[in-house]
Amino acid sequence: MKSDSFDFTAALQKALADPQIGGNFRGALDGLRGKRLALFNDAEELASLRATGKALKARVLSRLPELLTQLEANCEKNGIRVHWAETTEQANRIVLSILRECGADMVVKGKSMVSEEMGLNRFLEQNGVEPVETDLGEFIIQLAVEPPSHITAPALHKNKLQVAEIFHRCVPGAPYTENVEELNAIARTTLREKFRTAKAGLSGVNFAIAETGTLVLVENEGNGRMCTHVPPVHIALMGLEKVVEKLDDLPPLMRLLTGSATGQLLSTYVNAITSPRAEGELDGPREVHLVILDNGRSTMFADPELSGALRCLRCGACLNNCPVYVRVGGHAYGSVYPGPIGAVITPQLEGIDNKGDLAGASSLCGACEEVCPVKIPLAGHLRRIRAEGQAAPGEGCVRGAGAKRSLVERLAWTAWAYTETHPRLREYLLRAAALMGDKLPEVGPLKTWTAARTAPRVAPKSLRQRVREEGIRHE
Amino acid sequence: MNHPALSGPVRFFGTCLADAVFPDAGMAAMRILDHLGCSVVYPLEQGCCGQPAYNSGFPEQARTVAMQQVRAFRGEGPIVVPSGSCAGMLKFHYPRLFADHPQYFEVAAFSERVVEYFDFLVNVLDARFEDKGPPVRVTWHSSCHALRETGSTQAAKALLGKLCNVELVELSREFECCGFGGTFSVKRPEVSAAMARDKVEDIRATGAQVVLTADCGCLMNITGTARKLGYDITGMHLAEFIWGRINEK
Repeated sequence: MKSDSFDFTAALQKALADPQIGGNFRGALDGLRGKRLALFNDAEELASLRATGKALKARVLSRLPELLTQLEANCEKNGIRVHWAETTEQANRIVLSILRECGADMVVKGKSMVSEEMGLNRFLEQNGVEPVETDLGEFIIQLAVEPPSHITAPALHKNKLQVAEIFHRCVPGAPYTENVEELNAIARTTLREKFRTAKAGLSGVNFAIAETGTLVLVENEGNGRMCTHVPPVHIALMGLEKVVEKLDDLPPLMRLLTGSATGQLLSTYVNAITSPRAEGELDGPREVHLVILDNGRSTMFADPELSGALRCLRCGACLNNCPVYVRVGGHAYGSVYPGPIGAVITPQLEGIDNKGDLAGASSLCGACEEVCPVKIPLAGHLRRIRAEGQAAPGEGCVRGAGAKRSLVERLAWTAWAYTETHPRLREYLLRAAALMGDKLPEVGPLKTWTAARTAPRVAPKSLRQRVREEGIRHE
Repeated sequence: MNHPALSGPVRFFGTCLADAVFPDAGMAAMRILDHLGCSVVYPLEQGCCGQPAYNSGFPEQARTVAMQQVRAFRGEGPIVVPSGSCAGMLKFHYPRLFADHPQYFEVAAFSERVVEYFDFLVNVLDARFEDKGPPVRVTWHSSCHALRETGSTQAAKALLGKLCNVELVELSREFECCGFGGTFSVKRPEVSAAMARDKVEDIRATGAQVVLTADCGCLMNITGTARKLGYDITGMHLAEFIWGRINEK
């Protein structure tokens, strides 16, 4: 999925024309929505929890450089080796060199959105290392050679029958079965052998605790623990915003993360990794590496408004509740992070020139903000990205600012503002439109509007006229 | 919402869509206020709230139009707005739009006075009506901003609940946007149309004779889509509906 060939309109049309996308997403997301609502059924408690979550993450951002330094020092003290990567290219190279050092030609991977952001799998394949996705959803889409379509549920777009077909086609010796337990068993058998023989495992990080140098991983399948504890080398990848101050900050943040994502009070597994295997310990990796990725995040951090998006916990609740995402699915966004949060961060990570159109994929209905556990003002951020797209040369802070600047649109809005500040002219134009009745020429926005709706009829007499004529007090 | 004290006249912000397309809704809203004993004033210099430009990435033009409204509504006392979307813009987004501008305090003082129409009716005027109409089954579409910004949906529904011959059947996906979103409907027409179609189907499923709302934007989107699909769905602004119920012969 190359960014320079990205045609958002075509992608949306294709997605909307596919009945399977509508069906699979709506069904699955209704389930996730329902579970979240059932868990957070006390509005007051939820409000205070969200306020806490926002405050904790905002405080992290207020001292981000300092906390990252503290995290590095404490990790190193614990024996975790810390690597910094400014670009995804650097991060890929760091991972590859660690793998080469330990002689790994295969790596088992737990779920990591940062690795998707890096395009790590393709990079490793090109360099002779086999990446094996072990999260069930990631395993399915790796077989299908597709990117994830959701932040927490990567294979959300596939139903049971599609999974049955993929397993039968792609897993050597797998029989065709629609039985979910048998499908699970096929994945388990295949993956156990990989876990047993891999020389290195890779994971993401949900929270990295600066105070203790601890990496916290949340998962439901146990595969994450297999990746981080069975092979002799563990590589953890994180975006630099994942740092939190203290161990005490974890309970509210965890509750918000799992509750918002899947409606769970707590996930099945919570891994807290503080060091490689110590003297006398019977298991765990001999080496633990932490790769901290920037990739445009420090630019977001520098902007007092847009840095709000760095509070994101990657729970996916904004996706689950977005009326656009639910209809078009994740692939239509043509980027690693889809939905409202994707539309906010992707144009910042990949540039407005490449992905600025994503910011238009919202009616600004506010459903995303309503559920965001850390109260990111997503609609406000989308509006800001739209304005950045229209920025004048020399203005704007986001990469590719001004790339969507259109003279026609600018002139249209300026003319509109002129009309709106001249009420008599406005009234005259309305009267003219009313006289045309249904003979208004269907061009521009009206033409687009009438593709799916009948044209609105301008009233024979405007409200302003009637106010004057029917004796309403005016001034 | 904070409720401005009721002293002197109530100024009415008609919204640009009521002005151009749904003047009956605007007139009904003002007549109801009059009926409830308010002195209503309609400032003639008013126009659009500026939201379309604001949401499209043109804050400069939005500010120009916003200042026009701030000037048109000079004075004191409440400014009532029969639209959750425009009320949200005037009340919550104007101060943001002017956060770093010298006009900030003038704008913020204006925003303080803004109140959504049904919120005003219920929570300031404690309105009650005698329902003279025949039994009818209706459904209610909440605009996203009435639901999530002004929080005025509850007031509108409470008022509807007081009309004794009106049966309200709730939409199964009331929380979901109808797909209008101002310029969104023409900038992302494919997605917008899909959302509008689903909303219309949801409305049909209730078996209601009328769909009511407190936002002319949603009303235009929903009824326009229904007509295009060939469905006979009557849509009405709640103010116009209530005015009809009070005056039924």
